[in-house]
Amino acid sequence: MPDFGYKISKDRQINFDENSKNLFAEVAMREPSVYRCISCGTCAATCSAAQFTSYSLRKMILLLKRGEDKEVITSVSRCMLCGKCQLACPMGVNTRNLILSIQNAIKKLSHV
Amino acid sequence: MSKKVLIIGAGVAGLEASGVLSKLGYNVTIVEESDRIGGKLNRWSHLFPSRRPASEVLEHLQLNLDPNTVIITNSKITDIAVKDTSIEASLNTGKHIDADAVLISTGFELFDAKKKEEYGYQIYENVITSADLEKIFKEGKELTTSKGKAPKRIGIIHCVGSRDEKVGNTYCSKVCCVTGVKQAIEIKEHLSSCEVFNFYMDLRMYDRHFEDLYQEAQVKHHVQFIRGRLSEAFENPDGTVMVKVEDTLLGKPMKMNLDLVVLLVGMTAGNNSLFKKQLRLETGTDKFLVPADEHFKSVSSKQKGVFFAGACTGPKTIENTITEARAAALEIAGYLKN
Repeated sequence: MPDFGYKISKDRQINFDENSKNLFAEVAMREPSVYRCISCGTCAATCSAAQFTSYSLRKMILLLKRGEDKEVITSVSRCMLCGKCQLACPMGVNTRNLILSIQNAIKKLSHV
Repeated sequence: MSKKVLIIGAGVAGLEASGVLSKLGYNVTIVEESDRIGGKLNRWSHLFPSRRPASEVLEHLQLNLDPNTVIITNSKITDIAVKDTSIEASLNTGKHIDADAVLISTGFELFDAKKKEEYGYQIYENVITSADLEKIFKEGKELTTSKGKAPKRIGIIHCVGSRDEKVGNTYCSKVCCVTGVKQAIEIKEHLSSCEVFNFYMDLRMYDRHFEDLYQEAQVKHHVQFIRGRLSEAFENPDGTVMVKVEDTLLGKPMKMNLDLVVLLVGMTAGNNSLFKKQLRLETGTDKFLVPADEHFKSVSSKQKGVFFAGACTGPKTIENTITEARAAALEIAGYLKN
């Protein structure tokens, strides 16, 4: 590809209608406490991985709900499963099992 | 002879105050602009947060009315004046009323959603207001799109006409957030397979049980809450509405098609020009009436013998309106004793 000195930006807009919500459905079936999330960000604030990377469980849950699966797949492996978020969560979301459920659901739906 | 109190407006505030004043031994006359008592309560199906039928509350208010209370419907005050220790009022019917005190309980008006033209109310087929939705529930009708089909995806838009400098209302209407959550649950109970989205800026779940209702909407009914104010709405050729918002918690713009859009209309002040002109009462920048003291004289005006109750002094829940009506009745009783 010749270098023209400029590039075309990718569309950042979430196209809700075209995004599949199958991954979220699979995750929510495995860990229904995900519905309790109020997006407060307590989990991300305490997260060791978030201190050094752009990883955020709060964002990951929203990305799942919107069907932005690609970002979830690249993001979920950053979690080290330390479980601090679970201690911090005020809504009783089983965050550790949620993350394992996301990983397993990705495998099941062969997104890998 | 017992003293007389004139109540302007037979909504929740007027009726509750009337009941208390009668019990305290005063003669009450209520003047109501419309043809029936109960005010906007007549238009609601079920009330937040307990989802008690609105008719039950209205019935309760009616039961508390003294049989000797004079209720004048279809009438408007055209002139009102404080003369020494009495109040004199004239009605558009030519009738005159004398009283020793007057309670203004004229309530609020619903925001006219047509003013938010970009949301397409009465332009797009499938855009309705929260009041329209209440009417559908109240009449027991089926919730359908303009083409008579069951909607598969409904969006509920918060803050329509509230917190909006452009329409001149910078304040929060206080009741719309929880109404939106209540209506989302009601939609899901009617149409379980319908997806419901609430588009909000903040969820103001300030009162008792409000937060529980929000959790019920998420956990039991899987209602989705998207933080972002509706910026654009377009009508597709098939009548569905394409909306654009920013998902501000993700920092990404988003678009989706909705079969039906519900606009949560806020409260605006009623027409207070007569009170301003003839009773020299003040209104705030929000156009609601201003009480004599925000803490200690919240049901009194600066004018002798003139009192307030309910949403005429700003957006309020029905519970708070009833509490205020009772407080106003006691304040009036204290005033008339001296």
